[in-house]
Amino acid sequence: MNKIIIENLSLQYSDGTESLRDVSMEIRQNAVTVLFGPAGGGKSTLLRCLNRLNDLTEIKASSGRILIDGENILDPKTDVIALRRKVGMVFARPVPLPMSIRENITYALDLAGEKRKSKLDEAVERSLKLAAIWDEVKERLNDPAIALSGGQQQRVCLARVIALQPQIILLDEPTSGLDPISTGKVEAALLELKKEYTVILVPHSVQQAARTADCAAFFLTGELIEYGEGKTLFTNPKQKKTEDYIMGRFG
Amino acid sequence: MEKSLSWREFIITRLIQTSGYSAILFVALIFFFLLREGLPTLTEVDMSSLLNIRWYPIEDYFGILPLITGSLVVTLGAALIAVPFGIGTAVYISEIAPRWMREILKPLVELLGGLPSVVLGFLGILVLAPFLRVFLNLPTGLTALTGSLLLGGIAVPTVVSVAEDALDSVPRAYREGAWALGATKWQTIWRVTLPAARSGVLTAVMLGIGRAIGETMTVMMVTGNAPVLAIKLGSLFSPVRTMTATIAAEMGEVANGSTHYHVLFFIGMVLFIISLVVNIIASSVVFRAKKRAERILS
Repeated sequence: MNKIIIENLSLQYSDGTESLRDVSMEIRQNAVTVLFGPAGGGKSTLLRCLNRLNDLTEIKASSGRILIDGENILDPKTDVIALRRKVGMVFARPVPLPMSIRENITYALDLAGEKRKSKLDEAVERSLKLAAIWDEVKERLNDPAIALSGGQQQRVCLARVIALQPQIILLDEPTSGLDPISTGKVEAALLELKKEYTVILVPHSVQQAARTADCAAFFLTGELIEYGEGKTLFTNPKQKKTEDYIMGRFG
Repeated sequence: MEKSLSWREFIITRLIQTSGYSAILFVALIFFFLLREGLPTLTEVDMSSLLNIRWYPIEDYFGILPLITGSLVVTLGAALIAVPFGIGTAVYISEIAPRWMREILKPLVELLGGLPSVVLGFLGILVLAPFLRVFLNLPTGLTALTGSLLLGGIAVPTVVSVAEDALDSVPRAYREGAWALGATKWQTIWRVTLPAARSGVLTAVMLGIGRAIGETMTVMMVTGNAPVLAIKLGSLFSPVRTMTATIAAEMGEVANGSTHYHVLFFIGMVLFIISLVVNIIASSVVFRAKKRAERILS
């Protein structure tokens, strides 16, 4: 089933760089969709359109539509706050908020109006477990989150997103600063997450793309070059450019 | 070649070292001088008359309480104005204002900070004091409130400029992290950006208060200079005299080595100790906050 439908999306930043050119694609529910390609291809820009985080950057022109459950979220009338609760995001650099581990998880729930302690405790445990970090931090939930290692911080950030029970989770190179073991843990968590959520991942390497993708989209200089099932695309790409990139001939 | 290079290193290191030590030396010398001129007070005037409420040095009344309370009232009033206003302005400039507005406001605030305090005192006497007298129906416009308002104005640019730098150095990723969780702009500022910058913001507040408590010229011009104990609520609307204004006004006409002369230095010591205490409290708060949470931040 298609969760997200992107129609003819184009976007130009105010410094003149054209970031997306007429991108159209459909994103499946309960699957990991991978957006990959060389830097500057528009992958992050596309992610940031999906939760309207680009609103806060200076944009010259954009056109096209993004439908989530049939609603165009680029409509100016969209409730952006509600949208961002529905579409969670994890960034390349872990950004624990300047609070304790527990508060990092409960902060967004608190903002959303959930005050009951039992509910909050439940959410903390559930989301930390899903993000595969519960066992490492359950003894010290009141410690500052910044004291954790990078890999742990990133999983707390993932848990923070899960706690809001979004429908879609966006991940922008979530493992770029992590060691292989932490990376493995995050990837394992993703496989668990896709059972309940729609996951869209910008991987930090082609290998990671191949490991995790149910569907994969190859972006080059703002254009969607090829989009299809992960298995087919990585073993038997249709486009010459995709093949070259996967084989490591450029990029 | 090798040798001359190491000699150069040696000389440069020593030069830097000397300038570092000399800073300490000068502070120590100033402190020593203050002590030497101020401490004789304790033998010449007994404690009970020093802690009296009457300051009338010509007839040997050296009660410094009115001066201390005068300084505290004016400074407290200034802080109450400068802190919320300064932090609010800093937040506006760093978080809310569009870029072109920021580029106008920031230099403007810094220009304001460079305004000589005499000029502000002038404005105080000519504009603010008459206005307050009429508006609040007071016998005179030269009151503690007038001083507080002007001192607040003097401290605001300091607070704004330091706090804005602190806010500006909070990584953009923090804000995006909070936004992506569905926090509004205001919630992000209040719960994420300000806490992340809090040691810098606290430094800004302390520098602002320090600026206010040490300010002399403006308060001397606009507070009326009546050495009256300022502990009633109404004191805000009556003339007061601060420690700094007393020293500045009387030092010129006092006999060198007299009791009055020593008492003025004693007041200088008290002032020195007060600002020392403010600084120690500030740095210990910052230090504790750092130890508790943001060791990596700020």
